[in-house]
Amino acid sequence: MSEVAFDGVTKRFGDVTAVDQLTLTVHDGELLVLLGPSGCGKTTALRMVAGLEAVTEGELRIGDRVVNEVEAKDRDVAMVFQSYALYPHMTVARNIESPLVTRRFDTGDGVRRKLSAAERDQRVRDAAASLGLTELLGRKPAALSGGQRQRVALARAMVARPSAFLMDEPLSNLDAKLRVQTRIELVELHRRLGATFVYVTHDQVEAMTMADRIAVLDHGRLQQVGPPQAVYERPRNLFVARFIGSPPMNTLPGIVVRAGTGDGGSTTVRIGSQDLPLRAATAEGLADGTQVVVGIRPEDLVVDADGPLKAEVRAVEWLGHERLVVCELHDQRTIVRQPVGAAPVGVGEVLPLSADPARVHLFDPRTTERLP
Amino acid sequence: MTRRTREALLAYAMLLPSLVIFAWFFFYPLYRLVEMGLHQKNRAGTAERWVGWSQFSDVLGGDEFREGVRITGTYVLYTVPLGLVLGVLLAVAANRRLKGIKVFQAIFSSTIATSVAVASVIFFVLLNPQVGYFSSVEWFSLSDPDTALRGVALSSVWQNLGLTFVIVLAGLQAVPEEVDEAATLDGYGPVRRFFRVTLPMISPTLLFLVVVLVIFALQAFAQSDILTGGGPLGSTETLVWKIFNSQQPLDQGVGAVMAVGLFAITLVVSLAQFLILERRVHYGN
Amino acid sequence: MATDLHRTTRARVAWYALLTALAGVVLFPAYMTLVRALSQPREYVLAGQPPWPVSPEWDVFARAFTEGDMGRKFLVSAVVTGCIVAGQLLTATLAAYAFTFLRFPLRRTLFVVFMATLMLPIEVTLIPNVETVRSLGWLNSYPGLVGPFLATAFGTFLLRQGFRGIPRDLLDASQLDGFGHLAFLRRVAIPVTRPVVASFAVIAFLAAWNQYTWPRAVVTEGRWETVQIGLKSVAVETVDRSNIAFAAAILAAVPILLLLIFLQRHLVRGLTTGAVKG
Repeated sequence: MSEVAFDGVTKRFGDVTAVDQLTLTVHDGELLVLLGPSGCGKTTALRMVAGLEAVTEGELRIGDRVVNEVEAKDRDVAMVFQSYALYPHMTVARNIESPLVTRRFDTGDGVRRKLSAAERDQRVRDAAASLGLTELLGRKPAALSGGQRQRVALARAMVARPSAFLMDEPLSNLDAKLRVQTRIELVELHRRLGATFVYVTHDQVEAMTMADRIAVLDHGRLQQVGPPQAVYERPRNLFVARFIGSPPMNTLPGIVVRAGTGDGGSTTVRIGSQDLPLRAATAEGLADGTQVVVGIRPEDLVVDADGPLKAEVRAVEWLGHERLVVCELHDQRTIVRQPVGAAPVGVGEVLPLSADPARVHLFDPRTTERLP
Repeated sequence: MTRRTREALLAYAMLLPSLVIFAWFFFYPLYRLVEMGLHQKNRAGTAERWVGWSQFSDVLGGDEFREGVRITGTYVLYTVPLGLVLGVLLAVAANRRLKGIKVFQAIFSSTIATSVAVASVIFFVLLNPQVGYFSSVEWFSLSDPDTALRGVALSSVWQNLGLTFVIVLAGLQAVPEEVDEAATLDGYGPVRRFFRVTLPMISPTLLFLVVVLVIFALQAFAQSDILTGGGPLGSTETLVWKIFNSQQPLDQGVGAVMAVGLFAITLVVSLAQFLILERRVHYGN
Repeated sequence: MATDLHRTTRARVAWYALLTALAGVVLFPAYMTLVRALSQPREYVLAGQPPWPVSPEWDVFARAFTEGDMGRKFLVSAVVTGCIVAGQLLTATLAAYAFTFLRFPLRRTLFVVFMATLMLPIEVTLIPNVETVRSLGWLNSYPGLVGPFLATAFGTFLLRQGFRGIPRDLLDASQLDGFGHLAFLRRVAIPVTRPVVASFAVIAFLAAWNQYTWPRAVVTEGRWETVQIGLKSVAVETVDRSNIAFAAAILAAVPILLLLIFLQRHLVRGLTTGAVKG
């Protein structure tokens, strides 16, 4: 009922294509995160769902309706803006009440009508209570803290009981500590309401921790969509591989080397002059000598006395709960993540490293796509 | 109908009332002025004959228009520099933390409440040749053609004090105190500080005021109408006065040309001041 | 503002003396008008024109209403001013909203057209406008007095500046809430920019009340004279009645004085937005 579907949706502003042939379905009741760097088109896509931007090409559906020509107020969606967009001259109560004043709703008696003042008041109180805003109803936005304003924006979104909630970087204006706390509250809210959430952010930590599925966008195009774990463990291209994960995945140029045949044969990838063993499945279908980009996450590189890779330590960053060792491996900056208890390393040391073949990724240097 | 079309139609509907008024009372008259300038009406105003562009060249090059420009130009020179200096003087004097300074600020800004007509009557009280308080002062006597304009200008200078004061005061108050304090520490005395630090910093404000005061002076009419009726001997007949008194059918063609002349002068002056202002503002910062 | 200049009592006394002197100079002309308004004209001249009232006639202000017909003039001025301010608020608000929040072809061109009218003051367009008004039968009438001033480029500009301060998000949120542009204008745009609207209203009132040139051109009958036009008779009044004319001038300034005493803040803000940087 409240599925949101993009079908070949394109948005152009003059010569600039902001969203390019986006085909993506947000399932009913899921929390889907649109993730990507600034300018990737995620906010534009969100605004198209809201009805604040027109669709240039393609079809946009909410539920089973094609909504391309439907006005924002008739789409049964609510939006939480990055700046919260609260009316500065109205009290919290009137702000929350705002979506209920002129629109018509399906009430219990089966007819679609405007709500009475009493009904509106009740809904405002309920929404305020569920977000702990009851004491603040008489105040104006200027008298509220950032976190309180954000909750008012949420209450305003909730009060109309929309099929889909659209959120445009709602946490970006909060300080770090509040951000973590609010993240959890938002996920709980999603579970409680059971509604469809389309959530835009550039912060991949938010995406990883909150999403049912993540849709990664770059330059208006969908790169990959899937549950956080899938996107993390099997990135479809270099962009996704580097964007998700902090610190980002290490990428190094390499060449596939096959030696021997049959069961006795081995497949490795040569990075510089060193050979890193691969699983047969990873290099399946790749001929000997194929140029590839090797991707290994920082936590998958381990210090191993027998390890084939030799990296020179440039700096050590100690974060309290873990250590990041910044090394150089064949002129490429490589980061190794180590638990705090690991043996100390010094700058200038040459570290022998190895990686679990199951956690080595290969990408085509030309198409940047995952191999095979 | 697409959303874009609806939005555009709404916009045009919202602009329509203003545009109708502008077309009717601003742009059509401009066209009509040129049209009138090319014709000559008869005394009764019942017939119009074509005279062509020669009327333009005759009038704009003629004595009457030149007199009007001379008188109006002199009016600008009388009212603007003096008005600016006095306004700055009052603003500097009143821009300090003394008890009761607000009272003085209110008094200095009070002339903003006067209209041209009220100011003219007030100066009638002072300058009227028969019963004026200062009627015996020769320097701005209203009965002498050589000095009458000065008297009229005096009323404008006084009237503009309030506006000038308010604007310069706001400009002074926008100058951060630290700048003045730094200059004091550098050893500058108050006078030097004013000319080297304060004045440059309020120069955009002053330039804005010059534009405003010049425009006021170019439009001077009521003062002459009430104080001198244009006399003595036409020595206070500003351009607008002449235009106003060319409303009879016979004079309309000439009046229209003069109005176009005034429009051109205003345009050139505004443009020049705008360009200077832009350059000063950019270099100043 | 140097505080070192005020530290000694002598310095402070000197400043107060200077300020008082300046205040005296500024107030003197209006003061003398009050003196002359109150004084019996013939006796004042006979007494040698001193700077204080002679044989004060306190009923001169009442006489301005009875003999000088100030009541009618005030009515005309009030109606004209009211109509102009209301008209300008309406047209300028709508136009400023369109320029700020709506997208439409020729937007920039039309804005230039608006600003171009600033170059065409009534003093320039007088003759054709009088012709228009006369041909419509609007001489000596409210429409004639009000017509040319129902729209304002200055007001549109000022209000547009105010509207531009409203974040775009508010319009988006309001559209999602179900409000169209006119509802947004009424519920959000105007309330949020109330100070700017108030400033403009004060300036518009001032300009309309103080108008001289246009009413002078379109009014030929005494009973249609505005308060300002009524003052021109000071030059032709007999000496005996001159004090009534002076009293009329003072009465003419009263509404503006009241306005300024209560709304001075708005006026200053409106005037200085263009003048002061930073």
